[in-house]
Amino acid sequence: MEKQNLILIQSICVHYDIDQSFLRELHSIGRIEIYFLEEKEFIHEEHVGEIEKMIRMYKDLNVNIEGIDVVFNMLEKERQLKEELADLKRQLQFYRENTK
Amino acid sequence: MDFVDYYKILGIKKDASEKDIKKAYRKLARKYHPDLNPGDAKAEQKFKQINEAHEVLGNPENRKKYDKYGKDWMHGEEYEKARQQQQQQRQAYQQQSGGFTGGGSQGFSEGDFSDFFESMFGGRGATGGRSSQFKGQDLRAELQLNLTDVFQTQKQVLTINGEKIRLTIPAGIEDGQTIKIKGKGAPGMNNGPNGDLFIEFNIVNNTDFKRDGQHLYKTIDLDLYTALLGGELTVDTFDGKVKLKIAPETENETKVRLSGKGFPVYKKEGSFGDLIITYQIKIPKNLSEKEKALFKELQKLR
Repeated sequence: MEKQNLILIQSICVHYDIDQSFLRELHSIGRIEIYFLEEKEFIHEEHVGEIEKMIRMYKDLNVNIEGIDVVFNMLEKERQLKEELADLKRQLQFYRENTK
Repeated sequence: MDFVDYYKILGIKKDASEKDIKKAYRKLARKYHPDLNPGDAKAEQKFKQINEAHEVLGNPENRKKYDKYGKDWMHGEEYEKARQQQQQQRQAYQQQSGGFTGGGSQGFSEGDFSDFFESMFGGRGATGGRSSQFKGQDLRAELQLNLTDVFQTQKQVLTINGEKIRLTIPAGIEDGQTIKIKGKGAPGMNNGPNGDLFIEFNIVNNTDFKRDGQHLYKTIDLDLYTALLGGELTVDTFDGKVKLKIAPETENETKVRLSGKGFPVYKKEGSFGDLIITYQIKIPKNLSEKEKALFKELQKLR
């Protein structure tokens, strides 16, 4: 793990004015990963976008940690179904064209 | 410029309390928030309206101004001034963004406000609204290419916000596929990471081949006599011609698979799918008297 890709969770918490316990709780339910380096806590910059989404849900929409977990699971399921639907549409279009 | 009824948007009465407004806003936001409706333009539009309504009604000063002047907010001097300002801002933004759009779950934070709002409250949300992103905004772009363009890996240079980005488009990319270019979105705040650039490919089939992933399909007309007696046929593949032997008594709809003559497999250099050719036997039309007589003779032999 390269340190340059890691962001101190403190920086995010200060920027968003949230308690560090919020990120630790998300970590404890397996929703995000926290990396420990030199006794400091970091998150990978790849995950910042997702974490920002969780912060918005928490702060703007009043969704609690368990709710965020449910929402993210359902969004993932929705994403998979959309992919499957797009694939099936492509196949249907292909067979339609072939049977003309 | 149309009057915007913010009370109606939030579904509340004119005498709603601050608590009612907040409650109504949150309820609608939970339904239409772009984070919960990824890729849904209608939901995003609706959320922008809800957000704007909340910017106004959720702030006592704005609400007071809106209640007092909202209905009669007409083409006054103030409106014209605001409109000109707004146009200048838009032009500046368009130049800066170079045709790319902010998108995805983060795009809404830079959301447009209605003309009505901007003329009355002068631009962005007066209450400050949501906090700014730590990670920079993701940018989205669409790139249209022909199917013939993506038969080989190609390099392109895109200019985004004045920065040149070298892009390698691997052969075999699919229609609708998105490539993420890390860190090429808008810059982050307070040392936050840059956003990413997402390029969605729109592949137009400019050939008479049908494509299904790595395999290509083509229907070839075959005359009755070649189908019956056999022969040879030269067929166009995607990158050249091949000579095919037609077996005698070939049936209509017979399929021939030409291994490795299909489309490149995405990110597997040198690997190709198959070309599947379907023979469609053409029955001769407008038979002469002599032809009819000969076919009748053939019929008698059966």
